[in-house]
Amino acid sequence: MTWVLDNLELIAGLTLDHLRQCLLPIVLGFVIAIPLGWVAFRFKLTRGLVLTVTGLLYTIPSLALFAILPTVFGVRYISEANLVIALTIYAVAIMARSVADALGSVDPAVRQAAVAVGYGPWRRFWGVEFPLAGPVVLAGLRVTAVSTIALATVGILIGVDNLGYLFTNGLQRRILVEVFTGVVAVMVVALVIDALLVIAGRVLMPWAPRRSGRSRVVRQALHAGGAA
Amino acid sequence: MNLFLDAFAWIFSPERLTGSVPLPLALGQHLFYTFVSVVIASAIAVPLGWWIGHTGRGRELAVAISGAARAVPSFGLLVLLVLLFGVLHKPEAAVTAFVLLAIPSILAGAYSGFEAIDRRVIDAGRAMGMTEWQLLWRVEVPLGLPLLIGGLRSATLQVVATVTIAAYVNLGGVGYYIIQGLPLRDFTQILGGAIVVLALALVLDGLFALLQHLVVPRGVTAQGASELRETPSRRRAAVAAVTK
Repeated sequence: MTWVLDNLELIAGLTLDHLRQCLLPIVLGFVIAIPLGWVAFRFKLTRGLVLTVTGLLYTIPSLALFAILPTVFGVRYISEANLVIALTIYAVAIMARSVADALGSVDPAVRQAAVAVGYGPWRRFWGVEFPLAGPVVLAGLRVTAVSTIALATVGILIGVDNLGYLFTNGLQRRILVEVFTGVVAVMVVALVIDALLVIAGRVLMPWAPRRSGRSRVVRQALHAGGAA
Repeated sequence: MNLFLDAFAWIFSPERLTGSVPLPLALGQHLFYTFVSVVIASAIAVPLGWWIGHTGRGRELAVAISGAARAVPSFGLLVLLVLLFGVLHKPEAAVTAFVLLAIPSILAGAYSGFEAIDRRVIDAGRAMGMTEWQLLWRVEVPLGLPLLIGGLRSATLQVVATVTIAAYVNLGGVGYYIIQGLPLRDFTQILGGAIVVLALALVLDGLFALLQHLVVPRGVTAQGASELRETPSRRRAAVAAVTK
């Protein structure tokens, strides 16, 4: 406990770094996955392609992905950009599938009704389909956010400082409390972001059933293997 | 692209068969840790998941565990257990970490496999006079197998990825080359190791995909299964189960 009190500043700083590194991948993953998920949902031909490719991307172990990205994107191996790109790829991989599933969960009758009252494709997507798909998209976003935050700690292995620093530093100095603090801090950050997403969902989608998220999250978690 | 060629040359160089850590040995270690961990995790999670799926008891807890497990940083858990067990028991500590990381996926696969079964099929079995035991082994287990294999697939891939990271605590495995390459500034070795890990993950994923396909019982095609799941009664049951 004294270790924690003595190092509050370090922990707070690392937490901020951690959040900064995670926020962009979560947002980018969400934004990129919307068109990808739509393409997967809309056309049978592209469905298999998109879901297979994103599924395979998620099976790539993180340490291997860090090594492969520099040769593909020209970023430095030891850089925050490398970590952010890797986390974005994993986020897209989870989100594309859940956006496709979410759009599939919209009642076809509602879609036809929208067509019947004269909605064009663009307005129908943003005004009818996407809001109705919202609860399932949110479930996917929660899984994405939590796993991104947990996964980001591996960044310390390519020299990127975040809460993962407490693991390597704690191991080298044999301070159990430091490592434990790191694990707890990561989980707390993940749970706080998760709670914020739930609240945002309630504010933005007051019509959604309150508790349907959980079983969705489990099913999502089943799809999302690999990485770490 | 030259870097990739160098990396492949590194992988297939005869030097990989000698040296302090030959590549086949590293691969063997990697597979061994993965296999042992997934088997131990299955021995715990499969019976438990089946029990939850069959009785419906403890479901809330299992859901909560699967959810919270996502938030656990695997690298942190690994380091924590290594420090807790002491340096002399590193393999035990690592395997414990891998098992803990593998359990949630397998548990979710086991019980959600049972939950995805059309209740009418189970009611039909009961109406025919099947005992609970027969119902479990002849109806629920075969029908739930594809989702269970899916859970095992996720768990295996997660363990493969975590074993890679475990090279940081000197556990060996293919991650050794990636971790060792950093202080050596040997990017060819890092990329070579990464390609081997990637290939290992993809091969295991492919094998599980194949297995998942093979265990679908005759008479239940993938098409039929998804149709069953889409029926209104099933949806109502699912909603009822969630809002309970």
